[in-house]
Amino acid sequence: MTRPLLLRGARLIDPDAGRDEVGDLLVIDGRIADLGGTLAAPDGAELLDAAGAVLCPGLVDMRAALGEPGFEYRETIASAAAAAAAGGITTLAALPDSVPALDDPALVRLLRARGEETASLTIHPYGAATRGCRGEELAELGLLREAGAVAFGDGQACIASARLMKLALSYARCIGGRIVQHPEEPVLAAGAAATDGEWAMRLGLPGVPAVAELIQVQRDIELARLTGGALHFAHVSTAAALGAIRAAKADGLNVTCDTAPPYFDLNETAIGDWRSYAKLSPPLRREADRLAVCAGLADGTIDAVASDHQPRDADDKRLPFAQASPGAAGLATLLAVTLARGHGGDLTLPRAIELLTAAPARVLGIEAGRMRRGDPADLCLFDLDAGWQIVAGELPGKAQNTPFDGRPVEGRVLGTWKAGRRVHG
Amino acid sequence: MQPASRHLLAIQGLHPRQITALLDLAESYALLNRSGKTQRDRLRGRTLINLFFEDSTRTRTSFELAGKRLGADVINMSVATSSVNKGETLLDTAATLNAMHCDLLVVRHDQSGAPALLAQKVDAAVINAGDGTHEHPTQALLDALTIRRHRGELAGLVVAICGDVAHSRVARSNILLLVAMGCSVRVVGPPTLIPGAITALGVSVHHDMRAGLAGADIVMMLRLQRERMTRGLVPSAREYFRFFGLDRDKLAYAKPDALVMHPGPMNRGVEIASDVADDPVRSLIREQVEMGVAVRMAVLDALSRGGGL
Repeated sequence: MTRPLLLRGARLIDPDAGRDEVGDLLVIDGRIADLGGTLAAPDGAELLDAAGAVLCPGLVDMRAALGEPGFEYRETIASAAAAAAAGGITTLAALPDSVPALDDPALVRLLRARGEETASLTIHPYGAATRGCRGEELAELGLLREAGAVAFGDGQACIASARLMKLALSYARCIGGRIVQHPEEPVLAAGAAATDGEWAMRLGLPGVPAVAELIQVQRDIELARLTGGALHFAHVSTAAALGAIRAAKADGLNVTCDTAPPYFDLNETAIGDWRSYAKLSPPLRREADRLAVCAGLADGTIDAVASDHQPRDADDKRLPFAQASPGAAGLATLLAVTLARGHGGDLTLPRAIELLTAAPARVLGIEAGRMRRGDPADLCLFDLDAGWQIVAGELPGKAQNTPFDGRPVEGRVLGTWKAGRRVHG
Repeated sequence: MQPASRHLLAIQGLHPRQITALLDLAESYALLNRSGKTQRDRLRGRTLINLFFEDSTRTRTSFELAGKRLGADVINMSVATSSVNKGETLLDTAATLNAMHCDLLVVRHDQSGAPALLAQKVDAAVINAGDGTHEHPTQALLDALTIRRHRGELAGLVVAICGDVAHSRVARSNILLLVAMGCSVRVVGPPTLIPGAITALGVSVHHDMRAGLAGADIVMMLRLQRERMTRGLVPSAREYFRFFGLDRDKLAYAKPDALVMHPGPMNRGVEIASDVADDPVRSLIREQVEMGVAVRMAVLDALSRGGGL
């Protein structure tokens, strides 16, 4: 039995309930006992003055690769959990293209258990859509779902076969769980290190035309229309693809999408002189695409912001650019870089938080990212205006491959609670 | 104008004054070479390492000769590469080179940006001898020197660069240099071999060779690698030669005294006809090789002075 905790005078923001008010929040036995207004402190309660800070639900990161299993030299679940806690994340959906891939129910159960062991992070594993994420035959979606797979996809690999995608969308209807696509036409994208255009041309890098994203998105939208399946596009990064998704939503299709901070905070020029920390998949785009992603966040075309965390070791990155492994660490910087959109004026603060909490929980169909009475007290307390600088090498956790190295940001996590237990700050 | 660099990694970023200074110095070495004299005290006691991750007898020999004519101790390292361990080799090699106290490091690599990555890790002055599809700065300098010797000045000349621009580091460096020096540069080739964004470098694009060569002072041909055909970027060698190979007929569209260049090695009958390549009046191809040594002597000399370019 832990002491009750009373957080006092915070700005309580819970987009799920439409709450944005200054008030108290009381935690008893790991759950939210009450919130809003001025609350009386129970006997023996721990008091925390949160005046001036924002208290919101613990963040829900709907897309992150964990180094474990298979790439423990990059990151372990323990180090990822530390980084997540420092970033205010209490729930995370883990990509299935680990080694081995999460194509077996036992592996899904293992990942969930490993999350519970951290006592700071709930891990919802994705199930592999195809065996080994190889794109050849459907994985056991039903058994994976039973074991707790939150949705299905092949991680960083595009589900290339139209037939398999049609089958997956169709079959998943009877078991629940979205099909998540990495939308990049793989033949066009083969060998590419950057987006086609002046920047790639000047650096002499093989490029993929930005339209490779639209081509994949359009095919899969038509397959969703055909099958009535639930489809999600990961890390959407181009204006054209967002236009197609906007139209599909207007047609009433069950289509959702997310993006990640690099795609609304950086453009292709971040590559600079072959900065491999800015090598991502999909690659960074032109400024016009970045602006379209910002607009998509504001108008609701983009349902959620995910960290798109891809831990990499220095040796994966200290290579000639085209040979360097793509991907960026994103857990610890997810909140601050997303808040920059709020500071920049595109997003209201509640909308920015919604994109990180209730919205991804809705897409995944999980109970998280909200602050209702009786809910587990997964909480994130942050100072909206406190400035800090993102520095590669000084991030919490093991993975240091941030493309935001040197970027000043505002918004510092003061405390993170998992089921009422303080796990950061 | 960028601050003086202790390396030569690219033409991009060089100011026209820096380019002119290098060409002037190279000119003096060209005269020296023709006189049969040497300046072996210039780099005496300095170590020059030719680090080639990609085969190139021609460029390596040129740098070797340049270094030796200036009195440097020249060592050639060819690094056998497998696609798996290239990167590790690169940084491991950097550590090795530092331990050897190498002064000048000439790097050829099949990956764009590899010399720049190496330059961050080594103490030596790094000279890019061609990286992937990025740049080949000494080639552009030697081409400019060759042109200048025949036309007096670069500004105002019409230069047509023809062929596989998309995969050519020679084309990128030449475009950047010639545009910076006031040439009017055209690129000529099939759309599959011309990047759409190339116009951002200040060139015009032609897909018809005759139109592209019309009125040109200089016709610069690029090497077409066999691999481009196996990847389907052009259907066949004979089709390529038919439309984009330089023969007498197409050359006739350029100025009557237009000069022909090629960085070598040539694919005779693919991008250039033998009678054009070997024409003693129109072809500068052999002189390019000669100027290559002079330009590399100038670059080694300039970088070894410690003040950068």
